[in-house]
Amino acid sequence: MALLLVACTPKSPADPQAPQEPSVLNVMTHDSFDITAELMTRFETDNNVKVNIIKGGDTGSALNRLILTSTTGAQEADVFYGLDNTFLSRALENDIFEPYNAPALAKIDARFKLDPKNGALPVDYGDVCINYDKAWFADKGLDLPDSLEALIDPAYKGLLAVENPSTSSPGLAFMMATIAHFGEEGWLDWWQQLKANEVAITSDWETAYYTNFSGSSGKGPQPMVVSYASSPAAELIYAEVELEESPTASIVADDACWRQIEFAGILKGTKQRAMAEKFIDFLLSKDFQEDVPMQMFVFPVLPEAQLPEGFVKGSQIPEKPASLDPALIAEKRDAWVEQWVELMLGN
Amino acid sequence: MQKRPSWQVVLLWAIPLAFLAVFFYQPLVAIFRLVFSERFRQGWQLFRWTQVSKPLGFTLYQATLSTLLTLILGLPAAWLFARFQFKGRKILRTMTIIPFILPTVVVATAFNTLLGSRGWLNLGLMSLFDLSSPPLRVLNSMGAILLAHVFYNTSIIIRMVGSSLARLNQNLPAAAQSLGASPWKAFKEVTLPLLMPSILSATLMVFLFDFTSFGVVLMLGGPQFSTLEVEIYNQAMSRFNLPVAGLLSIIQLIFTLLLSALINRTNQPRYGKAAIASERSGLRKAKNAWEKAFVIFMIVTLLLLMVTPVLSLVTRSFFTFEAARGERGELQTGFTLRYYRELFFNREGSLFYVPPIAAIRNSISYASITMLLATVLGLLAAYAIHYSGASGRFLEPLFMLPLGASSVTLGLGFLIVFGSSLLTQGRFQALIPIAHALVALPLVTRTILPALRGIPENLRLAAKNMGANPLRVFREVDLPILFRAIAVSLLFSFTISLGEFGASSFLSNVAMPTIPVAIYRYISQPGALNYGQALAMSSLLMLVCVLGSLLIEHLRLPGEEMF
Repeated sequence: MALLLVACTPKSPADPQAPQEPSVLNVMTHDSFDITAELMTRFETDNNVKVNIIKGGDTGSALNRLILTSTTGAQEADVFYGLDNTFLSRALENDIFEPYNAPALAKIDARFKLDPKNGALPVDYGDVCINYDKAWFADKGLDLPDSLEALIDPAYKGLLAVENPSTSSPGLAFMMATIAHFGEEGWLDWWQQLKANEVAITSDWETAYYTNFSGSSGKGPQPMVVSYASSPAAELIYAEVELEESPTASIVADDACWRQIEFAGILKGTKQRAMAEKFIDFLLSKDFQEDVPMQMFVFPVLPEAQLPEGFVKGSQIPEKPASLDPALIAEKRDAWVEQWVELMLGN
Repeated sequence: MQKRPSWQVVLLWAIPLAFLAVFFYQPLVAIFRLVFSERFRQGWQLFRWTQVSKPLGFTLYQATLSTLLTLILGLPAAWLFARFQFKGRKILRTMTIIPFILPTVVVATAFNTLLGSRGWLNLGLMSLFDLSSPPLRVLNSMGAILLAHVFYNTSIIIRMVGSSLARLNQNLPAAAQSLGASPWKAFKEVTLPLLMPSILSATLMVFLFDFTSFGVVLMLGGPQFSTLEVEIYNQAMSRFNLPVAGLLSIIQLIFTLLLSALINRTNQPRYGKAAIASERSGLRKAKNAWEKAFVIFMIVTLLLLMVTPVLSLVTRSFFTFEAARGERGELQTGFTLRYYRELFFNREGSLFYVPPIAAIRNSISYASITMLLATVLGLLAAYAIHYSGASGRFLEPLFMLPLGASSVTLGLGFLIVFGSSLLTQGRFQALIPIAHALVALPLVTRTILPALRGIPENLRLAAKNMGANPLRVFREVDLPILFRAIAVSLLFSFTISLGEFGASSFLSNVAMPTIPVAIYRYISQPGALNYGQALAMSSLLMLVCVLGSLLIEHLRLPGEEMF
């Protein structure tokens, strides 16, 4: 019967090997995931697969969806891409990944590999830093704060906007940086003083950046905002007229930035193990690694990947970003967020 | 109450109830069973009742205040549009529906350009009174929440109360006045009781929308305010404390049920059926000074509150402030079509680029399906409730419940129930119009019911006696009287779907991205072009909304012009 149907289809000549129906690979990721269309098509044709991307909200939401649906057997995806080091522990505790010793791992710097079992494999990284409005500071003749400590100086009263760590991932990242820098004893004191210095708090990055920050097109009241070290590059690339330099820059003082590492992993119980491995290899390939800067404004983990010029021009890389032991994050993250909310929002 | 053969009533109930059972109650039960299961029990460890009482208290407080303010603006506005003819009436009326479709993140930027510390209002006041700092702090306050709720929901009052005002037989208050009643007494004793059912319906709808408010509280109010809906999201998505999220969801549902039942009890139809006028009762020009003052005052208020934020967005999408950014002080501004042109352009060759035409097409398809689905189901539900008498009154709140279900809870329920079968085939988007219809259904039912209750049964009997079959009776008697309410229902379900973002984002937006999805894609990235394109996309969304609602509001029954 099948043969008959094939014979009847006008478009297939006497091809002894009728093309196989492509398999489907489901990939869960966060809303900011992006890739050059052509690159994805190439992967799909090379491997005779249809990659079905599921955008599950921000990193935390996507992860929670996976954990929840996996408990009912309604597993949504074969691969998860976009888990970061602030949520890594929750994924590992819930044991959602199957280990995969990808060949490319050998080339990747050890400081990116935070899961010894290689269930979560590093793919890219970026830094959450404070961005500032260059013109504003030049105009007022005010010096830039050169450390986290400086931000509680009355000279910077009401000049910084931060996001609530319980609803925003850059907000969470920045809070982590302050804990790394001031230690578990001192960080809340610093935030207390920052509160007294009239820090503006928003729920999400969009509001902070476009409603509060004066350096964005939204022209808000605060000349400093918690965003990404790559945002100034984006301001340059997505400027309306070609600009000599970005209107914003990042404060890259020691410990003032938090390094976010993003991971991908093969989800437990996948029926597409072989294809999932191919997809992970693809994420770690030079082609994809060179695609991430312009599509997602993050840095590749593969040393041999070249950075595009437009990206390098606006980006700053902090020499000493803050970091914390993943085990400590796992143990304390929720309690820290609770303490922060209690102190800063008083409920 | 009228009685129908019971099997017919059962049949009327069957379809909308089956829809709710499959797409609402089933996923809800599934998610509750999961979150209260043994597996997630550790969530209770840190539980304190203040986690419930605090957000609940604030939710009730802000919803009550918001609803009152919305009524204060909405009722006179409904009166304005239903009674007075003035230049630009139609376009102003259409403009009032626009806020309904705007994504909160866009409204936040609109309010910022107007009311922010560098917004026009503050800049104006500062230069006028020579102040050194902005006098008004509206954003990130309770005021912003209230203002936004009024901005969003006034159109519900205008439309729902307006449609019964238009149906109201104006001979009645006129007769009362000719019998010696003062205009105020005629209004209080005759008009108001006749309007009461639709006023209560509209009030309930506005209250429930405010009660379950999410984006407005989160983005405009700021993180210091938390409603139940926000807290559910927080617990479920950021703390992953599922049982507490489940408990909060249940409390929100219970309150929705209680409120609907309460409004139902007070909403006894105690008026005669003679109150129905033929369609399109007369609009007239303002006559005396009082009326003129009222009309002008209302127009100015509506322009200020509802139209300026919208216009400031549209204006901004055509203007650039960019040239001199970086050299503050000499802002060069100019007209530009750059943002619109850029929309058609996939600069980085991204896989997720949304061509504007495709986004518009997708949005319109979802909205059209939602519109038909919700209106047909809502009509059936309204008839079922109407013909079931006292038991219908009892069952009615079941149809209001979808408004009280938090989108996170329902979304997760959808994933569990339909996830594995639909997702793997990449067909999850089929659920989007269904999710939108769930939100629209209560509003539709509530819009149609008061109109339906007003149809005199003797008209139907007369038609029947003359040999008309039930379908003919519906077409000749019910439909002309219900027509305005049906048009309002179509409009609401269309616009709800057009602006909805939560469900679409939850149910995987990649295959058929809508306009709000495209807006979000731009505004979640830094860069002047991204910002401009988000505004341009928003303006396109408004255009689709205006065209759609003009089309719907111009619907006429065949032959109606003959009257």
